[in-house]
Amino acid sequence: MAEQVNRKPYVREVSPTRWFLRDRRYMRYMAREVTCLFIGAYTLMLLVGIARLAQGPAAYEAFLAALREPASIVFQVLTLGFALYHTTTWFNVTPKALPLQIGEEFVPGGAVAGAHYVLWALISVVILFLAGVF
Amino acid sequence: MSERLMQLEVLRYNPESDGETRFQSYEVPCRDEWVVLDALNYVKEHLDPTLSYRWSCHMAVCGSCGMMVNGEPKLACKAFVRDYPEHIRIEPLAHFPVERDLVTVIEDFVSKLASVKPYLIPKKEQPLSSGEYLQTPAQLKKYKQYTLCINCMLCYSACPEYGLIPAFIGPAAITLAHRYNQDSRDGGRNERQEVIAQQVGVWECNFVGACSEVCPKHVDPASALQQVKVASTMDWYKEHLMPWLNK
Repeated sequence: MAEQVNRKPYVREVSPTRWFLRDRRYMRYMAREVTCLFIGAYTLMLLVGIARLAQGPAAYEAFLAALREPASIVFQVLTLGFALYHTTTWFNVTPKALPLQIGEEFVPGGAVAGAHYVLWALISVVILFLAGVF
Repeated sequence: MSERLMQLEVLRYNPESDGETRFQSYEVPCRDEWVVLDALNYVKEHLDPTLSYRWSCHMAVCGSCGMMVNGEPKLACKAFVRDYPEHIRIEPLAHFPVERDLVTVIEDFVSKLASVKPYLIPKKEQPLSSGEYLQTPAQLKKYKQYTLCINCMLCYSACPEYGLIPAFIGPAAITLAHRYNQDSRDGGRNERQEVIAQQVGVWECNFVGACSEVCPKHVDPASALQQVKVASTMDWYKEHLMPWLNK
């Protein structure tokens, strides 16, 4: 008969609030996730704009004037930077979620991610065209 | 052949006498071609026979010697001492309870692995007389990368979700489920989905991606898990928006 072994495993606690400080990969992940808050705030701003537009020309003009305030411009530039970071970090991992096998070989990851960038550019051109930029 | 005196700071825990873990330092004359496992073997043979750690093959095949080397999940047999400064801190794999010294409790992973049925469940059982289940090179390539997993658990140690939510089925087990789901000879996907498509299955994954970066066999669990999410989402749409397909 084997001798009875008394086990007493030691559990190392993970901090529920500071876990992401342990590893630069976790910080990078948090950066990707936190940047979406700015995109959310910008979307709310656009909704406010639509509400002002519905209230009439005077309200809409006031909204446009508020957009030209220095603080507002700083917010918009920051959001543009964060939106670009958020978008590129997600586009760059698309090959992992959508691997494409044609025949025996897999399409190179760069082509899958690249297709997203091309689509992004095309949609941007269409939106700018609809907005009367061209 | 050059030698360098290295300082090994090793986490110690004796369940019979310790209430807490502690660090113990050893000075080891390391040769240039040594891996961390060689340095630990030197400690065991020459300095302190009480040091406990798991290892077997010394060639990154068995997956036994996973540990934290300077905070990074590594196979001790694949981490060359020449790539580190004079001071190396060695701890048991993060997120697993410590059994003794560098030995961790792995029952949780082993039971999760078994729960995803990581073996072929043929669509239709064939008699031996009908020969092999055939497969084309393209069908093999579809899942081959995922067969390289050696169950070393470095991905669980790298995964912050597993650290925070221990019920998470986790990277390697879900990747192996995906490996069999992708196999043209297999028909067991529905059985595996019961486990991997639940909340503590693939949906606890937030795609941090650390699992793939630490994997010593380049299995890319993060990719497998995102594919499982896509496939599980398709299942939901088929079930709720196109119920006639399930008839």
